[in-house]
Formats: sequence, C-alpha cells, structure tokens
Amino acid sequence: MATMTRPTPSGGVELHKRTHPVRRDVVRALPLTPAVVLLLIFLVGPILWCCYAAFTNTALTGAGSGDTRFVGLDNFRQAFGSDAFWNSVVLTLVFTLLSAVIGQNVLGLALALLQKRATAVVRTIVGTAVIGAWVIPEVVAGYVWYAYLAQDGTMNEIISRLGLSQNWLYTLPILAVSVANIWRGTAFSMLVYNAALSEIPQEIEEAAEMDGATGFSKLVHVTIPMLRRTLTTNLMLITLQTLSAFGLIWTMTRGGPGTKSQTLPLYMYEQAFSFSQLGYGTALALVLLAVGAVFSVFYMRLLREDA
Amino acid sequence: MRRRTLLTAAGLGAGTLFGAAACGSDDSSGSGDSSTTQVAFQQWGSGTVMKDYLTSVKTAYESANTGKTMELVPIVASENDYYTKLQLMMRSPRTSPDIVYEDTFLINSDIQAGYLQPLDSFLESWDEWDQFQDTAKGAAKAADGKTYGVPDGTDTRALWFNKRLLVQAGLPEAWEPKSWDDVLAACREIKGKLPGVTPMNVYAGKAAGEAASMQGFEMIFYGTGSTLYDADSGMWNVGSPEFRDSLTLLKTLYDEGLCPDPQIALDAQVSTRVGEEFLPGGTLAIALDGSWMSNNWLDTGGAPWAEWADVMATVPMPTRDGSDPGSISMSGGWTWAITKNAANADEAWNVISTLTSFDNQLNYNIANASVAVRKDIAADPTYTGSNSTLEFFSSLVPVTQYRPQNTEYPRVSNEIQVAMEAVVTGQASPSEAADAYDDAVKGIVGEDKTTTL
Repeated sequence: MATMTRPTPSGGVELHKRTHPVRRDVVRALPLTPAVVLLLIFLVGPILWCCYAAFTNTALTGAGSGDTRFVGLDNFRQAFGSDAFWNSVVLTLVFTLLSAVIGQNVLGLALALLQKRATAVVRTIVGTAVIGAWVIPEVVAGYVWYAYLAQDGTMNEIISRLGLSQNWLYTLPILAVSVANIWRGTAFSMLVYNAALSEIPQEIEEAAEMDGATGFSKLVHVTIPMLRRTLTTNLMLITLQTLSAFGLIWTMTRGGPGTKSQTLPLYMYEQAFSFSQLGYGTALALVLLAVGAVFSVFYMRLLREDA
Repeated sequence: MRRRTLLTAAGLGAGTLFGAAACGSDDSSGSGDSSTTQVAFQQWGSGTVMKDYLTSVKTAYESANTGKTMELVPIVASENDYYTKLQLMMRSPRTSPDIVYEDTFLINSDIQAGYLQPLDSFLESWDEWDQFQDTAKGAAKAADGKTYGVPDGTDTRALWFNKRLLVQAGLPEAWEPKSWDDVLAACREIKGKLPGVTPMNVYAGKAAGEAASMQGFEMIFYGTGSTLYDADSGMWNVGSPEFRDSLTLLKTLYDEGLCPDPQIALDAQVSTRVGEEFLPGGTLAIALDGSWMSNNWLDTGGAPWAEWADVMATVPMPTRDGSDPGSISMSGGWTWAITKNAANADEAWNVISTLTSFDNQLNYNIANASVAVRKDIAADPTYTGSNSTLEFFSSLVPVTQYRPQNTEYPRVSNEIQVAMEAVVTGQASPSEAADAYDDAVKGIVGEDKTTTL
C-alpha cells in the first residue's frame, strides 16, 4: 500500500509536480470530448480545408468545380505575378498603418490621457460617444460614413462654402475608409490605455513633477515607458483586427472606384465569390494570414526586448 | 477502477458519435420532400414581373395538382451576386433548389461544374418542344450535345432614345445614326444644348455585371466586325486593335461627360436606376440597352409610365463606320433548368413544362417585353399587339450576335468588366487595360488557345 506523499523540492526553482496519476486527468477531461470534437470540426476543419483548397483549382463554377485538381503552388505564383494583388497588399498596409498603428493608437492614448484629467461628466460623455461608435454594427457604420462623405452628403454641405466639395469616396477612397475606421475602432485603444494608465502609481508621477518634469516631458519620459508593454499588446491586437477589415470598406466603396480601395480582404472576396475562383481566393487568405503573422512576430520581438 | 474508466470512455465516445450523427441525418436531396418543388429565381429592384408570373403559375399548378406544391425561392441579389449565390446553393444537396433560372451565358459553365441534369429524355416526349425556334433549342445545349435548359425568351439590344429631348437639342425625331461618329455627334449636341440631361448611358464596370459586358462593351466591340472568340478554331482573341478602339470610344464617352458620372455608373443599382428613374424622369436622353426595357413602364412594371410609347423611340446601334450589315445587336436569354440534386426530376419537369407552356410563356413574354422564342407565340396577335417595340426588336434577330458558347466565357466577361472600369475611372489607358485583359485571358484559357483574330 503506497502512500502518496508530496515530493520534497530539491531546492532552486520548484517545478509543478504531479500529485495524481495521468489517468485521473484523462477521466476528468472525458466529459469535454463532445465539445472538443465539435470545436475541432467547426473551427479547425474549415482552416484545414482552406489550406487544402489553396493548392487546388477549386471554383464555384466551370472547370474548377466539375474537375477539381491539385495545382500545387500555381495559385501563389498567380498572386505574386498579379498587379492587382500587389495593389491590394500596398493598400492593406497603407490602411492598417494609417488607421490602426497611427490613427486608433494615438487617438486612443490621447483620449485616455485626457480622460484622466477630466471631470466625471466630461469623461462619461466622451466615453459614451467613443464607445457608441465602436458598438454599432459595421454595416451601419459604413452607411453612416457613406452618407457623410458622398457627393450629396453632410460633409459637402458643411464645407460647401470653402468650395472643396467633392465625392470623398471617389477622389480619396483609401483615406476616407481609413478615417471611418479610426472613428470606429478608437474605443478599443482608449479602453486599453485607460486600464493601463490607472495602474501607474501616483507616486511616480508626483516624483517626476517634483523633479521638475513638465507635462510633455513627463509624458515622454515617465508615462510612455511605463506603458510600453500595453502599447505593444494593443498595437498587435488592433493591427490584426484591422488587417481583416472587410464590411466597413465594402459598404463604403466596394473596393472602388476601380481598385483604389481594394484591400486584400476585398480582393480575396472578389476573386473567390464574384469571380468564383475559390482556390485562388483561399490562397490569398493564406497570404493574408502570413502578413498577419509577420506583424505579430515583429510586435512580439518588441515585447520581448523590454521584458 | 479500470472497468469504470473503460465504461465511462465508451459511453462518452458513443454519446459523441450519436450526437454528431443526429445532427447530420437530414434528407440528402433537394427540397427533402418530393412533393414540393423549389424554384429559385432572381429578385432585384422594385420590379416584380418574375415574381408575379411565378405566383400565378404556382396557384394554377397547385390547384391542378392536389398534394403537390411549388415553393418560390427568390434570391435577392444584383446580377453577379445572383450567380454566385445560386452556385453556392447548388453545391450541396441540402440547399440545392430543384429548378433554377439560369442565364444562357453561364449555363455552360454550370453544366461543366456538374450542377445541372440533361433534359433530353423529357424533351423527346414533350409535344411543345418543336414550337421552339432552332436557335432557342441550341441556347442551352452543352458541348456534349445534350440540352440542359428550356429557354423562356430572348432579347436583342439597341438604342433607346427620348424623342422630345432629342428634338429639343435640334436633332431629328426619327434619329438614325449610321456610325459611332454619328452617335458621338448627337451626344455632344445634347450635352451642349441641354445642360441638365445626361446624353447617353453605356453600362461599364464590375458592379453592373454582365450588363456592362453585353449591353455595354460587346454592343460596341462586335460592331467593329471583330469577335471575342472563334468557335471553329477554339481560339480567343487577344491583342486586338478593335478591342482597344472600343475601349477608346468608352473613354471618350466618359471623359467628355457624355455618360453618367462614374460614381453612378459604377454602382450596383445603375441598371434599375436607368429604367426606373433616369429614362422616365427625362434626365437621360439615349440608352444603349435591351429589348426588355419597356417592361419597367408597363402597368405590371416597377415604374409604370403611361406615355412611354409616345416619348421613347428605338433605333438600331450602328456598326463602327456603317459597314455591313450596318447595325449590330447581341442576344442572350434565360432558361429554366433542373439541378442535379433535385429531389424529384419528374416533378420538376412537370413544373418546367407548365412554366414554358404556350399560355404561361405568352403571359410572361408580354409582361417582360421579351422577344419570343416559340414560333406560336411569335405569331400570336395578342403578343405582337402588346408592345409597339416588339416588332422592331424582333427585326434585329438577323443581325444579332451571340456570346461565346464556351465554359470560360464568364471568367473572360469578368475581365472585360475590369478593363471597362479601369478605363472609366482613369486608372488605366485603353491600351493598358487591353494589355491587362490579354494577360488575364491567357491566364484563364491558356496561352495556346489565344491568338489575334
């Protein structure tokens, strides 16, 4: 008859030691099997199919549909040789950098800093307005901005005296959708920075002030260095969210005019569904995944450097 | 302890299996219930011609065949989206309708994808099939020689114009352009004399879908005497100077402001707006459009317009320089087809033969202002007397051209729309857009199937 005794640590770093047999863990996990199986089928299944389809010529109609064949890297070769593809990659990078990395990030931080100093009333009003923009459905946000920026939209009515009336969605499409995305997503950054700022101890700020730090240098030399981890995490989250933004751009410009606002998700949708080339579309999806992975690796490096 | 673990594992495993199996035990075919026939069609814009037609056939069919029902499945989508949604539905037996409304240009592609089933066995024993014109019978014939659809009408394309607006601009009421230059001259006159009026509409861009390829580009391009595809040699035309010329004409029209603003022209609603808003409202003088246009203005249409026959006139679209045969038209048409996954093909055939029977198709052709494909309907006085423009559009049939009967045509058509949109938005010059088109076609059909025709 063996008695179970907790193994005594031998000193140094203590690793988590097993206190009961593996079998008990397995038995305890068994009730989860149906849920896990369902998750695997519905979450992992489509991803696996996507990886498979990217190497075939599957299509919604025509030869690719009746006679699906394995085509290896042809879809990727076609992508990298296509002008439309590179156009959409450039537009995606412009859109992400402009609206997420610069726009939402800076505005979110600014709002969080200002909210710290504001009265409760102002804080509530601003908070509600910003979060309200975030919470409304994507299509509604798209239509609101479409109505605002179109030829006979509100923006033109306001600035008509300045003679600058134009259809902003036609002349500056990528800028227009970037502004709309900043409006929509700033709330997330603001909330993240609100939380992070409330963690900075008061004493450090007071100490900096006593040492003679003015507002701006306090911001740069005290607040932001303390926020560095939050900054990187936030950037990573909003970059990945923005890379896959589809509904907003589709509702506002449909990728147009021509291909001037056709980011990678829109190009992918057009090829997969409008032009029925599912194989090519899924290959583009994998490329988008790779772009996201590159950004993630970059941000993780930044995070690790200041651990 | 060990036995209990084993039993637990076995019980949970079996439970998972049963649960998963129960989720997937639906009927595996079409409507699931073989006494219901599902009929899918496109519903877009405010016009309800097709919906009304199907509803009236449904009531008659259900009262004549007790126990059987027709379920109408409207697919609310613009042109290109309709095709995509239909294809997605047909891919799975669980979602596939029994009868689908297929455009003839896409039917070859869908046949190759394996979505439809041949109707030859049904057609052989159908006494009304011989009433269909020969060209109509071949409209839904695949490369394997089998027929997959029954056409419900065809169409031709020409220039619609507002007589009053043209007279106001100093042009003759019986305007008859003989070349592209004549058309351009008239547009410029209208632009100069009538500032609030858009001279002409030519569909361009991806949002307009096949309308841009057919009513827009091909009406111009085929008027040069060239073609997209040579069926005898099986070669697609690339590097064509006529292709560039056609794009240049389009660029001229849009650059000089003779066509609607690109922002309107590149919107998915444009074909509805032309028929229901611009032409009746008198803000558009000339429209390069199809024979069915007047169905908008009938009492049954989306924008009833009592005086349309007095205000609107029609004239054939001229060839580039008036060379033989002087005018050009394109013809298409839609068909009713049975999907491969249909629950009950015999029942589906019953419905199709009812839909395309003399009486029903006569009513539809009148409400839709289609050109008849049945000889008996074409000769029927109710039909010929129903619409003053029908005689004109039927007279274009001898000069009409058809789109390439090739499974790759839909993809090539998409590239035409891309080229048009690039030229209209100024993103590319006509030769750049034509080069991009050539590269795209070589990628789609293979370089060995292309040549300069």
